[in-house]
Amino acid sequence: MEAVTQNLDLYWAGFRTSLGICLVAMVGSLLLGTVIAACRVSPVPPLRGLGTFWVNTFRNTPLSVVLFFCAFGLPEIGINRSFYFFGVLGLVLYTSAFVCEAIRSGINSVSAGQAEAARSVGLTFTQSLRFVVLPQALRTVVPPLGSVIIAMFKNSAVVGAFGVGADLFSVGNTLTSARGFETLPVFTGVAIGYLAITLPAGALLQVIERKVAIAR
Amino acid sequence: MSEQAVLYDAPGPRAKRRVAIGTAAAVVLILALVYVVFDRLADRGQFTMEKWGPLVNPSNENFSLVWNVLAEGLVNTLKAAALAMVLSVVLGTVIAVGRLSLGRAGRLPLVAIVELLRGLPVVILIYYGVRVLPDVGVDLSGLPGGRVLWGLVLGLTLYNMVIFAEVVRAGVLSLPRGQREAALATGLTNGQAMRIVLLPQAFRVMLPAIISQLVVVLKDTSLITFVGNFDELLGQGESVQRNLDNPIQTFVVIALLYISLNYALSRLAQYIQQRQARAGRSAGGRIAEQTTTAGA
Repeated sequence: MEAVTQNLDLYWAGFRTSLGICLVAMVGSLLLGTVIAACRVSPVPPLRGLGTFWVNTFRNTPLSVVLFFCAFGLPEIGINRSFYFFGVLGLVLYTSAFVCEAIRSGINSVSAGQAEAARSVGLTFTQSLRFVVLPQALRTVVPPLGSVIIAMFKNSAVVGAFGVGADLFSVGNTLTSARGFETLPVFTGVAIGYLAITLPAGALLQVIERKVAIAR
Repeated sequence: MSEQAVLYDAPGPRAKRRVAIGTAAAVVLILALVYVVFDRLADRGQFTMEKWGPLVNPSNENFSLVWNVLAEGLVNTLKAAALAMVLSVVLGTVIAVGRLSLGRAGRLPLVAIVELLRGLPVVILIYYGVRVLPDVGVDLSGLPGGRVLWGLVLGLTLYNMVIFAEVVRAGVLSLPRGQREAALATGLTNGQAMRIVLLPQAFRVMLPAIISQLVVVLKDTSLITFVGNFDELLGQGESVQRNLDNPIQTFVVIALLYISLNYALSRLAQYIQQRQARAGRSAGGRIAEQTTTAGA
């Protein structure tokens, strides 16, 4: 276990980098995913088609392929950035598809009668969205969106394995390959680092789920 | 269209006009975007036969070589995915049955294992299977297919079996209580009731969720690229593009291969779901949406 205790500072730095990747990617994918979801439920057919295409493409492609495409493909057309940029970009593109589906399923879970009732009492489109549909949709969206974000934190390990460097997974790689520590203790430390986020987050999500659950 | 009914009524003449204007604007916007991308690609010579030939032109000197390499990768991907799928569904069912039928003391370790494995990134579990196991003296190289294949399968199985366990458990719990009570009343034992009455129905209810998790298994086989040497689809594609210097073209083809495999699986899930809804033979609740298939 001294492989871990000796290098606690490295682990800590890696942990923060992982959190950083996750935070940036979270903001990015929530924004992008919301836009795509808006496209998918819009009354304009080409936008719906675009949304469907986007979701089907990124949901069915492995994250690793998306990452490879970003990091090796984009420089070919003159987009040269750091690996960190490509890693986060890949994670955002990939996760946005799942965010979109979570939001869309939330909107669709509001029963049609709710919006019809809102319209028949004379609320405008924005009003019925603002006071009737969205408050209910957001509640159902929270649990699946939470698990998408937790999955994204776990996927940041893939971004690390891809070679972003200095994140939690890469710290494990460095310690085992460059410094010759044994794999078992080093990667147990890495695993604990991930569990330190995913376990509390999962528990928190369950509490929230119970709080916001509505009987239908 | 029907699923958008929540947000707006059937369009009247004014709304139709707005939709038409929106459609025109969106088409122009999308075409402009496509044009920019194509222009950029053409500008950088990404449409030349030099780049695409080995992948799409059968008379190209490298065509058969490239596709042999890719086909080998495809076979290995499918092999690893199939093994991991079978193992994780079987073990997941065992865990689910354990959690449902054991007492509190027996359940506790199972719950701990499920929570622990669900919280770990799958790439780390694959790392354990491929790199850590040999270091602690577990030798899988005697197994047919080799050490790396089984390490990968083990990692994928550890991660996915607990997800299948949760899915199957949710399926059993969604059944009306009367199913189990009736089974016991006719004189079946607990085990028989589970095997003959509850599990078959649970599987039927949860099949869509199970199949969408199978898509995840298939995608995750590609993670081995970062951990060890195994000639699966992505790894093979990587070496193709390194030799031919055509990353965009190769990865597009690789992505299309994954997409078509997964699309076929998803369509199968949809088809089964629809057939089930029509047949309405299961007593189970409809909870197949929403469960544990997010991300990863």
